[in-house]
Amino acid sequence: MNEHCFSYFPGCSQSGSAEEYGLSTLAVCRALGIELRELDDWNCCGASSAHMTNDMLSVALPGRDLALAKAEGLDMLVVCAACYSRMKQAQKRMLEDEETALKVADAVGADPRFRGEIRHLLDVLVSDIGIPEIKKWQRVRLDGLKVVPYYGCLLVRPPEVCFCDSVENPTDLDRFLEGLGVEVRPWSFKTDCCGGSLSLSRPDIVEKLVDKLFTRAEEAGADCIVTACPMCAANLEMRQHPGRLSFEVPHPMPVLYFTELLGIAMGLEGVEGWLGSHIIDPRPLMKELDLV
Amino acid sequence: MINTVNGKLEGELRAATGQKARDCYQCKKCSAGCPVAFAMDILPHEVMKMVQYGQRARLLGCSTIWLCASCETCSTRCPNEIDVAGVMDGLRRMALAGGDRLAEPEVEAFHRSFLNGIKLTGKTNEPVLIGQYKALSRRLFDDLGLGAVMFAKGKIKMLPRMVRDRRAVRRIFGESAGKGSS
Repeated sequence: MNEHCFSYFPGCSQSGSAEEYGLSTLAVCRALGIELRELDDWNCCGASSAHMTNDMLSVALPGRDLALAKAEGLDMLVVCAACYSRMKQAQKRMLEDEETALKVADAVGADPRFRGEIRHLLDVLVSDIGIPEIKKWQRVRLDGLKVVPYYGCLLVRPPEVCFCDSVENPTDLDRFLEGLGVEVRPWSFKTDCCGGSLSLSRPDIVEKLVDKLFTRAEEAGADCIVTACPMCAANLEMRQHPGRLSFEVPHPMPVLYFTELLGIAMGLEGVEGWLGSHIIDPRPLMKELDLV
Repeated sequence: MINTVNGKLEGELRAATGQKARDCYQCKKCSAGCPVAFAMDILPHEVMKMVQYGQRARLLGCSTIWLCASCETCSTRCPNEIDVAGVMDGLRRMALAGGDRLAEPEVEAFHRSFLNGIKLTGKTNEPVLIGQYKALSRRLFDDLGLGAVMFAKGKIKMLPRMVRDRRAVRRIFGESAGKGSS
């Protein structure tokens, strides 16, 4: 069997609002020899809404997926920061608390106590594959591109379940991007919340949070924001157009997934399509820097 | 006026979430780092104090428990290892279970819409979520322009993603019904 073989939990966004994240994930994994076996008939993890309003749902929804992963018997790979967090927290809770595990087992009809590892793709790329190996596959130099890495909340907090090297100043994504030759600009907002769970219900609050992120990214001298979270990306991108959810002054700075930059660096097919599905079109910037 | 310590609410929260709000000594790190503090009616460190004093009605009827974005910055920085965001989860679920008047009905409507969508299909589908939210929040005509842009960019799929074993999904929701506060 392939050395890097995982059962894969794609998460809902990756075939909807973050399709470019889903497609670029599959493309870079295929190119790097990371084998992904999608869990058959997986369901939504419940995201923030479940743990905010119903404790049992917040473990039972990921519980069914963890039972599927247990049957597969492989470590599990997740790319959405929110799914990753919910899967890890549900797993930890059920392995530590037998009563909850038994209740969930009863609700899902299978043992949810998955003991394999739940990994985020960024962690696998940095820790398992390694930057030197990735560089061997690089076909396009990304020199000239200035980015700020945006981790958001769920990739780093709570630190007990997350992989990042620091909870206040993580550098995993920084190192990955620097490895590709990107100029990573220093800024103090890499783990600040964008307010994703309030995106539709209190856009007045979210507008302030997101406006600050863009303003600070501009001050840091970045051309674009790089993220690993589809909630952050959607929340950042959707405020540029007229309407109740919008900024007074637009911030036309592109927001990209780390997998898309890796795909560009490796010269993979499909890049144009991924870039074209962003609400803030990154293609003018990429063309200007001669990257696509 | 708050002048009596009453441990009942604190005890209930401890049972529901495992969090000991009594350990809070008011260092205010939670409120200092909270990204949403500017919009809250009761700051996170005040919530901890009011839990210690058993101020149930004020807490279950406040905006703060709905505006907490669960970013967990407070939980990470608390020197007494209180998962402050977990306490907010507990209070929110208590407010739902108690049938109290909610200070932020639109935020609650969003969460209900999100979960209704999963109950129907087993997955989250943007058009189902937005449709449910517009119906429950009665905000029918907001952001139609954004919807058109997202549709044009292929971000809104008309065919919903479905779990085949929807009976299993219904069973999970059935087993979780009314257990919001547990």
